[in-house]
Amino acid sequence: MSRSVKKGPYIEASLAKKVSAATRTTEKRIIKTWSRASTIIPDMVGLTIAVHDGRRHVPIFISENMVGHKLGEFAPTRHFRGHIKGERSGAVR
Amino acid sequence: MARIAGVDVPREKRVEIGLTYIFGIGPTTSRHILQKTQINPDTRVRDLTEDEVQRVREVIDHEYRVEGDLRREVALNIKRLTEIGSYRGLRHRRNLPVRGQRTKTNARTKRGARKTVAGRRKATSKK
Repeated sequence: MSRSVKKGPYIEASLAKKVSAATRTTEKRIIKTWSRASTIIPDMVGLTIAVHDGRRHVPIFISENMVGHKLGEFAPTRHFRGHIKGERSGAVR
Repeated sequence: MARIAGVDVPREKRVEIGLTYIFGIGPTTSRHILQKTQINPDTRVRDLTEDEVQRVREVIDHEYRVEGDLRREVALNIKRLTEIGSYRGLRHRRNLPVRGQRTKTNARTKRGARKTVAGRRKATSKK
């Protein structure tokens, strides 16, 4: 079920503050965030946001057609490195 | 006579079913179309009058996106997802299920027929 339109998109308050600050002063450094659940809003287009993947912050340049998606969609949390030869255990991350 | 929306030629069947042979029209849309054009869903496709066929064509052309157009739309949606580097796009690229299904077993529809990996017998017979 999708989120009620009445509430508007979810953006973590601290992130929203940083975004509006960055848009006011012509884009500078990347914004770090842990808030993977935040929706990408039109204001973020053109910014680079580093989204936490559980280990590090993955820098993501926000483009126009990313609007409406969540930040976490662009920072995968699992990095499959292939299976070990001969053995059947695989490595995650 | 039974050529509607491009290339589809379903015949001998009830219109309600025949229309579902068009990509983008399932049982529900089929019923909606027939209701709108005032055609009895039980008539066979071959028994439709030219006028009825024409009415169906018009409704489909104006109100629904079918066949090539629909396929293109779907392909474009997938392309957008892959281009922006989203997780769903990645899954499409890898040809793995997109909506969080398990892949330890199953997921055969998306992954295709089994490809047996050599030398895995011992692992499964243990325990």
